[in-house]
Amino acid sequence: MVPVLLRLALLFGGLSLLAFGGGAGVIPDMQRITVDRYHWLTAPEFLAFFAISRAAPGPGSLIVVLIGQKVAGLAGAAVAVLAMFGPTCVLVYAVARVWHRAGGAAWRLHVERALAPIAIGLTFATGLTLLRGTEHGWVAYAVTVVSAGLLSFTELNPLVALAGGAVTLVLAGG
Amino acid sequence: MSFGGGLAAWIRREVVQRRGWMDDPQFLTGYALSQLVPGATNVNLAVFIGAQLRGVPGALATLAGLMLLPVALILLAGGMYLRVQGAPGYGWVAPMLAGMGAVAIGLNLATGVRLARRNLRGIAAGMVTLATTVGIAVLQISLLKVLLVMLPVSLGLSLWRGRA
Repeated sequence: MVPVLLRLALLFGGLSLLAFGGGAGVIPDMQRITVDRYHWLTAPEFLAFFAISRAAPGPGSLIVVLIGQKVAGLAGAAVAVLAMFGPTCVLVYAVARVWHRAGGAAWRLHVERALAPIAIGLTFATGLTLLRGTEHGWVAYAVTVVSAGLLSFTELNPLVALAGGAVTLVLAGG
Repeated sequence: MSFGGGLAAWIRREVVQRRGWMDDPQFLTGYALSQLVPGATNVNLAVFIGAQLRGVPGALATLAGLMLLPVALILLAGGMYLRVQGAPGYGWVAPMLAGMGAVAIGLNLATGVRLARRNLRGIAAGMVTLATTVGIAVLQISLLKVLLVMLPVSLGLSLWRGRA
C-alpha cells in the first residue's frame, strides 16, 4: 500500500511541476505512465476518467483524484490531490512575490510571449494522444470531429456537447 | 461551480466588479501569472488572489473554497463508476462514457483552436506550437524533454524578434 501511495505522490508531484498552460499538457505522460507502465488502469478507463473530470465542475486535473481512488481508495485520492496541487500552489505563492517586484520588466514580457505557443501545442498534443490511445469506432471519431468543430466555431455549451456525445454513442450501440 | 471552464471571467466579476478587492490590472497580472506557472490556471489564480488579500490564510481559504466541492463530487462520480463497472447495468454506461470521452477530446482540440486563433502571432510561434504537438503526440517524446528543448527555443525566438 505504502509503495503505491509513494508512487502516486512522486508521479503526480513530478507531473504537476511540468503542467504548463493549465494542466492538460501532462495528460499524455499521465496516460503513458499509469496505463502502459504501471497498468493501474486500462486505456478506456483512462478516457472515461478524463471525460468525468471534464464534465464535473473544477479543474480538469482532478482526473488524478479518480486515478488515486482506483489505485488506493480514499487514501490514494487524498495523496493524488495533494501531490498534484500542493507543489504548484507553493510555487504560485513564491512567484507571485517575485512577479510583483518585476513590474513591467522586459524579461517578464518575453517569458509570457515564449510560453504561449508551447502551451497551445501541449493542448493539441493532449487531444491527439487521447485519440490514439483509445480504440474508437468510426462513430466515436465522428463525434470527436463534429464536437471539435462545433466547440471551436460556435458558442455551444460544452455540457450540452458532452450529453449529445453520450446519447449518440448509446443509440449507436457503442 | 466551474462547469467546462469560464471560471476566470466569473472570478473577475466577483473580485473586481462586485467586491472591489483588486483592480483590473492586478487581476490580469494574476491571471497571466497563473497561466505561466505550472498547474491548473484557476487554482493558481485562487491562490494568487487569496495571497494578495490575506497572505497564507487567504490563499488557503480561497483554495478550499474552490476545491472542496469539486473534489467531493468527483469522488462520488468515480465511486459510482467503479461500482457499476462490470455490473448488469454497465451495458449502456460504457458507450455513454465513450461518447463523453469522444466529446471531451473534441473540446480539448477546440480549446487549442480557440487559443491559437487568439494568441498565435507569426510563423515562428506557429512552428513552436507544431513542433510541441508533433513531439508529444506523434513522436511520443516525454513532456520534460520537449519542454527542455522548446522553452529555450521559444524564448530565443521571442528575444530575436525584439522588444516584447
